[in-house]
Amino acid sequence: MTMAEKMYLPAVFQGLSITMRHFFKKKATIQYPEQQRPIGKEFRGLHVLRRDEQNRERCTACGLCAVACPAEAITMVAGERKKGEENLYREEKYAVTYEINMLRCIFCGLCEEACPKEAVFLQNNKMAPPRYERDEFIYGKDRLLEPLDAGNSKENIKYRY
Amino acid sequence: MPILAIQALIIVTIFGITLLIATYSTYAERKVAAFLQDRIGPNRAGPFGLAQPLADAVKMFFKEEFIPAKSNKWLFIAGPSLAMLTACMSSAVIPFGNTLRFDGLPEIRLQAIEVNIGMLYIFGVVSLGVYGVMIGGWASNNKFSLLGAVRAASQNISYELAMGLSIIAILMMTGTLSLREISLQQHGFNWNIWYQPLGFIIFLVCAFAETNRTPFDLPECETELIGGYHTEYSSMKLGLYLFAEYINIFVASAVMSTLYFGGFNFPGMDWLEAHISSDPLLAHNIVTILGTVVLFGKIFFFIFFFMWVRWTLPRFRYDQLMNLGWKILIPLAILNIVLTGGGILLGEKLGW
Ligand code: SF4
Ligand code: SF4
Repeated sequence: MTMAEKMYLPAVFQGLSITMRHFFKKKATIQYPEQQRPIGKEFRGLHVLRRDEQNRERCTACGLCAVACPAEAITMVAGERKKGEENLYREEKYAVTYEINMLRCIFCGLCEEACPKEAVFLQNNKMAPPRYERDEFIYGKDRLLEPLDAGNSKENIKYRY
Repeated sequence: MPILAIQALIIVTIFGITLLIATYSTYAERKVAAFLQDRIGPNRAGPFGLAQPLADAVKMFFKEEFIPAKSNKWLFIAGPSLAMLTACMSSAVIPFGNTLRFDGLPEIRLQAIEVNIGMLYIFGVVSLGVYGVMIGGWASNNKFSLLGAVRAASQNISYELAMGLSIIAILMMTGTLSLREISLQQHGFNWNIWYQPLGFIIFLVCAFAETNRTPFDLPECETELIGGYHTEYSSMKLGLYLFAEYINIFVASAVMSTLYFGGFNFPGMDWLEAHISSDPLLAHNIVTILGTVVLFGKIFFFIFFFMWVRWTLPRFRYDQLMNLGWKILIPLAILNIVLTGGGILLGEKLGW
């Protein structure tokens, strides 16, 4: 080391000036729940179970999505459609319960690919929000199904395709 | 009697201000760290995160109070208490302002106690502070804690030498140990920093070492010693150690401002006192209060500087620390004394 370097002080002041410049820089933080990063169109986020044009559930509880799922995150119980429920379910068999565990799910989108009825989709504008309890990450039909009065909210739900 | 009551009030106020500043130093530390790293820092508790220290304290109190089985229980508790006690004691002799004058009352000094050996008092109390660290580290019955404590002790002793020597130059110039006297002699813009730049740098470096701040925070060097002397501490006992560090920073900043940066003096104070009001008592009081504000401005700058340095410089290696202390700072301090002595003699010869 030269004498000047041994004095430490010049280097110290250089370092201080660098950190001071960062002090006034624009901050990189994104205040998550209020602010969100822009998400790409291909983003695979929270699932939604779609209804058809007549507001009937599309899912027929075939279980292909559960089989395709590498994380084994999907479980369902199938049931038979009764008379008079034709306006609720499109097919003769429907999912009585349909649950996705968002802690297991890796958001690969394979369920979406597997579904023959175009029922399950991943939204590209929503994520599973943080929760305090593990149970709250098991999303049942109440939270997965498209709302019935999807008339105006339909535009709000963005699918990947 | 009223003078006693006023004095008690001043003591309580200074104590409260010390604690308040230390509390908000923890917040400031996190904010400064965040800003220097392009982040925002705590901003969820209250507006701008201002309630963060409160939240931290509550968290500290609710944590598990852990005392290691084979530790020396009493000393284990005495460690942080001593660290806190000595930290709080040292702000007593710092003159936070000139005097307030009221009709029919003796002059009120904005200072807890005025002793004519103020500087010695601070040195004594600060070197007692290392006992808090040592006792805590030893009582933990943990090798890492002990190593941290030993490091703290040897570091403080080494740097206290250089610090004392750098002060001697000031004492030669001012001829007094009283911090109030030293402040008063720097009237206006006649600050000691113009005469003692080298001494100031030595003092600054030593102050960093004395308060165990980065780049000299080897006693708690987490890469080598887990947490150093406070490895075994949890809950509010850990909180007291950390808190004592911030109080020490505050006191070190106050001492630096007083010794080298004019304390409560600011340029133009005479002019202001003569022109601000026709009532001489009122004018004097206004200038005194302004001076106190100015002093706190200087103190806040130094507290900020402590943090700024902490988030800029990496830690020294232990041998580098010792080399710097013994082979560089002490000879420099002695050189400074010689130069100052020569300067004073020359000044006398030339009749300044
Ligand atoms: S996205 Fe992938 S992991 Fe998640 S439920 Fe669908 S198939 Fe399973
Ligand atoms: S979501 Fe699709 S693949 Fe899954 S059970 Fe329903 S119909 Fe079958």
